[in-house]
Amino acid sequence: MDQEVLELPQTARPGPAKEPGRTALARARSRRQWELGFETALEWLIRLCGISAILFVFGIFAFVLREGASFLFSSKFSLTQFLFSIEWYPTSMSNVRYGVLALIVGTGSVTILAMVIAVPFGLGAAIFLSEFCGGRLKETLKIVIELLAAIPSVVWGFIGISVMNPVIQTVFRVPVGLNVMNGATLLALMSVPIMVSIGEDALKAVPDSYREAALAMGATRWQTITRVLLPAAKNGLLAAVLLGVGRAVGETMAVLMATGHAVKIPHSVFDPVRTLTATIAAELGEASVGSSHYQVLFIIGILLFSITFVVNLSADLIVKGVRKG
Amino acid sequence: MFTETPFGKYKRRSELLARCVLGGMVAAMIIPLFLIVGYLVKEAWPLLSLNFLFTNPTGGMRHGGIWSALLGTLYLVTLSLLIAAPIGVMAAVYLNEYARDSWLTRVINLAVVNLAGVPSIVHALFGLGAFVLFAGMGRSILAASLTLAIMTMPVIIASTKEALSAVPLSFREACWNVGASRWQTIRGIVLPNSISGILTGVILQVSRTAGETAPIMFTGAVFFKKIEAGNPLAYSIWDQCMALSMHLFTITTQVTDAPHALPFATAVVLLATVLVVNTISIALRMYLRSRKRW
Amino acid sequence: MDTPFCDDVQIRVKDLRIAFGNKEVLHGITFDVPKHEIFAIIGPAQSGKSSLLRCLNRTLEFVADARATGLVEIDGEDVRKVRSVYELRRKVGMVAPLPVGLPLSIYDNVAFAPRSAGLHDRQELDTLVQHCLEQAALWDEVKDRLDSLGTKLSGGQQQRLTIARALSHQPSILCLDEFSIAIDPVTTMRIEDVLKELRKEMTIILVTNLVQQARRLAQRTMFLWNGEIVEQGPSEKIFSEHPTSQKTYDYVHGIFG
Repeated sequence: MDQEVLELPQTARPGPAKEPGRTALARARSRRQWELGFETALEWLIRLCGISAILFVFGIFAFVLREGASFLFSSKFSLTQFLFSIEWYPTSMSNVRYGVLALIVGTGSVTILAMVIAVPFGLGAAIFLSEFCGGRLKETLKIVIELLAAIPSVVWGFIGISVMNPVIQTVFRVPVGLNVMNGATLLALMSVPIMVSIGEDALKAVPDSYREAALAMGATRWQTITRVLLPAAKNGLLAAVLLGVGRAVGETMAVLMATGHAVKIPHSVFDPVRTLTATIAAELGEASVGSSHYQVLFIIGILLFSITFVVNLSADLIVKGVRKG
Repeated sequence: MFTETPFGKYKRRSELLARCVLGGMVAAMIIPLFLIVGYLVKEAWPLLSLNFLFTNPTGGMRHGGIWSALLGTLYLVTLSLLIAAPIGVMAAVYLNEYARDSWLTRVINLAVVNLAGVPSIVHALFGLGAFVLFAGMGRSILAASLTLAIMTMPVIIASTKEALSAVPLSFREACWNVGASRWQTIRGIVLPNSISGILTGVILQVSRTAGETAPIMFTGAVFFKKIEAGNPLAYSIWDQCMALSMHLFTITTQVTDAPHALPFATAVVLLATVLVVNTISIALRMYLRSRKRW
Repeated sequence: MDTPFCDDVQIRVKDLRIAFGNKEVLHGITFDVPKHEIFAIIGPAQSGKSSLLRCLNRTLEFVADARATGLVEIDGEDVRKVRSVYELRRKVGMVAPLPVGLPLSIYDNVAFAPRSAGLHDRQELDTLVQHCLEQAALWDEVKDRLDSLGTKLSGGQQQRLTIARALSHQPSILCLDEFSIAIDPVTTMRIEDVLKELRKEMTIILVTNLVQQARRLAQRTMFLWNGEIVEQGPSEKIFSEHPTSQKTYDYVHGIFG
């Protein structure tokens, strides 16, 4: 079928004397059948692996949905009560209520505060690396930031408990150090690396001609950055922030350990909260398989999956928009 | 000949100010980090020793070492990467070398990107629903490793694709022009020249797998399990296991009145493992960049 | 100009149309290429000359939104209906505009194609590699360093290496797509001498922007402009004072293009 013995081209009259190579190639063994079959099988295996990626995304959604489905679609479950009630009493004997609003606010408050801290530092670092830094220093800083990103979230949680907790208690003179502030600081430190890396890429992508034009007009470095580069890179920078948000929303262990255990809407940054992720982690072990509590935790999982899906999709589309535009 | 104008002076000062402010922001992130790590090592110091690594925890985990957790993490990392790396690399080869630009390819690429952003607790739920319950594996090293594999696969696909695209298209065209098949081109030119980038990406996932807690909490990791100290084959894939990340969580939150240095020592071991593996990957990347063949 | 060795038609193209997305670049062209001739295709940039060549060895299929309709026959066989597309690509050698040295040793560069076809005997490969490098006028320069990387050669050497690679699978047709744009004049002259020698064994299709190069080398020439054939025929006519079309005269004499 495919690779066959090479045949001599037909000529109307005998050509010049055959060179040595010609007969050798003509005599070459055709590639054995098993080699051809192996190659076809391999190509099919490779194709299958490619398709598997979609299967896994749908698989995740499907299996998580499956566990929570029967309760989700039953009459006892009310979507409005679920999303908009702050009353979370899954283990109550008499009056079971599944309102996750407090948890959503918990996730939201920690994420927003984290972004308030992380975005200036992250973008500032990205600008510093891209515009004010060269050679060795830049390489070193990039490596340090990469290592910062590698720190596991349980270690961050431990830092939250053993280091941040006493620090917050002393510095801000509050009785409890496991709160929104603690969690937000940790999340900020965890999301900064990804913001710096993507932000720096976005700034690097702005052509040098922009910088040269601004300098030729007499602008200072800072004016060049604020008035020319940041607007030009705004899509990439926005995507960087979105990815940081996605990371923060999905974080589990650090917030589980560092934000306390109060399912309440916080009134200050020094109040303890519970996030959606921490709730699942904390309560899944106790809920018996198949019970409604168990199923509600899976429904929270679906909620989380949807939120991060939307955030990542937006970031991805914005980046694609940059490439086209 | 050129004297500095007042505006020139202003420009210089403004740039210096910007540089200091921004540099200060970078320092404000990095210096506390070094301080924290230093503090952790200092507090962990009394307990850090080789003995700590190779003895089992005793006395309700208040004494002894972390051997069972260390071994468990080793099993989980090895098994999950043995599953994720071949499938991930082949999927990336398909996406970069075979797939035509069609709606299907775009959906797959989108799926890969979104899979990478799924929160780790959702991976835990998936592992619980799919492997522990549906596939009937129960809580086991196997189920936990499969969950971790699904978690790392998208990142391996993305980094492999990047390594493959670094090989210029002109090489592939030159191969096609002489009658080589796609696979012959991949095997002869593309893979040998991207294997280093692929390896770097896979090594990075080693440290990520070692550090994750949520995906294994409900799929195979336990608070405590007694195994034979010093035996590298102590676990079977149907067992539940202890894991370094889980152990740190347990000791910090569940074990009261543990000696002060114990959680610090566990944290330092985990942190050191992660940082060493990542440094190896970074060093490999830098070495390979200096050895470019075109 | 020599007379052709024989009159058989090797390549027959009928009503070939090529489009990229919605834009058609070749509007239905028809021509024949006889055996053992150097056939030149001249014309300004973007007239579809490269795409035409890529149709001959079916590498146009690798371009994302390219579509080709019409008939292309090589040795009487429709290229779309051949038994093996790899065999077809080995029958048609292709030299691209930019020199490409594969990141393998020089020896492996030339041995790549025969190995893909199933030839693994070391001695036969040695002979074949030496022969192809000699034919490409590169042997003397590299015979002592066959193990060094092909990517480290100069541009002119890499282009000759590409020719050696193209010859290594014994094509009966050799296509050169503006081979001289990225190399120096001395190497260009050497390669032109090589082509004159190779003509004895194979048909050569030369796409070039350099009108003088076509005049030096080709027995027949075709002038493509805006996706259509303006004129084709014996080179003496095309480059003479009285070609069939005024446009041809203008282009050849540099009045436009």
